[in-house]
Amino acid sequence: MGYKCVVLIKQVPDTKRITGEAMNDDGTVRRSALPAIFNPEDLNALELALQIKDKYGGHVTVITMGLPAASAILRESLYRGADEAVLITDSRCAASDTLATSYILSCAVKKIDYDIVLCGRQAIDGDTAQVGPQLAEKLGVTQITYVEELEELNGKSITARRNIGNGRQQVRAKLPVLLTVTGDANEPRVAAARRTMKYKNARTPIEIEQEDRSQKSEVRGQKSEVRKLKEKGLLIKQWDLDELEADLKWCGMRGSPTKVHKIQSVVLSAKESRAVEPSDKGIADMIHELIEEKTIS
Amino acid sequence: MIEVNRKGEVWVFAEQHYGQLEDTPVELMSKARHLADSLGVKLAAAVLGSDVKELAGRLIHYGADKVYLAEHELLEHYQTNSYAKVMYDLIHKHKPQIVLYGATIAGRDLAPRIASAAKAGLTADCTDLQIGNHKTSKDGKVHKNLLFQIRPAFGGNIIATIINLDRWPQMATVREGVMPAPEPDAKRKGEIITETVSLAQTNLPLEILAEHKRPKKINLKAARIIVAGGAGVGSKDNFKLIWDLANCLGGAPAATRAAVDLGFIDHDHQVGQTGTTVRPSLYIAVGISGAIQHQAGMSQSQKIVAVNNDPEAPIFNIAHYKIIGDLNEVVPRMIKSIKTVSRE
Repeated sequence: MGYKCVVLIKQVPDTKRITGEAMNDDGTVRRSALPAIFNPEDLNALELALQIKDKYGGHVTVITMGLPAASAILRESLYRGADEAVLITDSRCAASDTLATSYILSCAVKKIDYDIVLCGRQAIDGDTAQVGPQLAEKLGVTQITYVEELEELNGKSITARRNIGNGRQQVRAKLPVLLTVTGDANEPRVAAARRTMKYKNARTPIEIEQEDRSQKSEVRGQKSEVRKLKEKGLLIKQWDLDELEADLKWCGMRGSPTKVHKIQSVVLSAKESRAVEPSDKGIADMIHELIEEKTIS
Repeated sequence: MIEVNRKGEVWVFAEQHYGQLEDTPVELMSKARHLADSLGVKLAAAVLGSDVKELAGRLIHYGADKVYLAEHELLEHYQTNSYAKVMYDLIHKHKPQIVLYGATIAGRDLAPRIASAAKAGLTADCTDLQIGNHKTSKDGKVHKNLLFQIRPAFGGNIIATIINLDRWPQMATVREGVMPAPEPDAKRKGEIITETVSLAQTNLPLEILAEHKRPKKINLKAARIIVAGGAGVGSKDNFKLIWDLANCLGGAPAATRAAVDLGFIDHDHQVGQTGTTVRPSLYIAVGISGAIQHQAGMSQSQKIVAVNNDPEAPIFNIAHYKIIGDLNEVVPRMIKSIKTVSRE
């Protein structure tokens, strides 16, 4: 027994904790100054996969598509308990919208044997919640979105409880399925110390290449380093679009039907604003004014 | 793929559950009406369900010229695959140029599945929609009368306008509460088109075992006055100040996500990007710093009063009345002042 789980994760800028250092003087956000984090709800998806493995046995593979720096969240997944990690990195993935992203991810997931695909409900940079359902369609599997609890797995089918906005719904579906998991589903475990010790030196080939280049040494040890890590089981798998046998027509800018027409920074301000003294009189005057203009009746 | 059809209609997916129309598609109707008028095409609503004919007339009253009615006993309960199949077939047959969905849980579950099947674009959680022209920078070609899909991104710190040049229909989900619902006009006439639906049990891979409805504890959207508290209120006990002020104003108590996460009040009271979007006559923000995610849900309020002891709090940028002070002193003074006036 046991279930093969694939978890799709994303490295995102931490849009929720924007501090003064990441703000420009005009009140706009300097995106490059934001720390890159593991998308919060993807941690819930990973946790659910790990709980399935703890309870029923199986195998957990995490996949991310991103820049070489996204290898960091693959390592974090290994610390927490993932068995295998894959980085999809290719400059031809750049400017992919949700549809192109789901196509590329579908090419990767199809290379892996799976029972359950898990995604976070949505990522905090785009908040679209689209990639999960789009990927389910491309894989031709049943989707269960907004999963809050996995109630039962019995070899052939899954029973889950999902949020439907004004209540809860209990549903059952045959495997394979794709789940999108909400932040209410669980409390993600922290990294295990022993696994952290073991995997802190895990690297993707592209990271080794970059580290090697930054060392500017005469003797470049790239190949031997890759071999060494591979022997120790610390080489993180890396795929490009050729390895995925992806049709480039559906990838990147070309594969993305949506384009950006305009971006504006949000700097909200009131048209008329005035200070009110926090004294009895100041407040009473304000209340009178609001009553006179019939804002308060 | 579905070809570009410049004469195509504007569609709204009229989401219903148990014969009740959802609020969001209804809210969408006035904006969709406006889009259809500026394009010179018809506005149609697509309603899927079992025995939902009665809703077609209502949708016409809300502004639809046409209603595509797809009824089948297997459409009684919403589920992704069956609804996606029927909507996809309708889109394929009639080739609308724009298809809009409410960004409800079902809308956000359904629309991407359809977009993927149609290999069309989809923009999530729009807060505004417009018709406009786009010039491509590469060849200077002007694409006329596109749907501008306007949405906050990056945690609400930017507003992006998204377009879809050629992989139509142009599709978007629209946030709840950002558009005022149209007044129904019982005199409006329209056409109801009954569609033949072919579905088999295999189109329903999900078994719905149980459903527990939990009615919302409060309808913030309907409140004329809202008193909202943030993390600055300090404790659940102290949140009583918010309830008291709301009560004496006949308003509704609300909160930021931070206050909800701290357990001061139930999530139903949450205003902001992950809560409800409100536009009351008066919004009193107490102990709220004013994160952009919160502002996104209340900045359209007609009058904003902010109480905070931090003069640098971003909420003051959008407040009409700024009260820099200790909320534990200011709020009781407000209550006292209101009570004095109402006794007069």
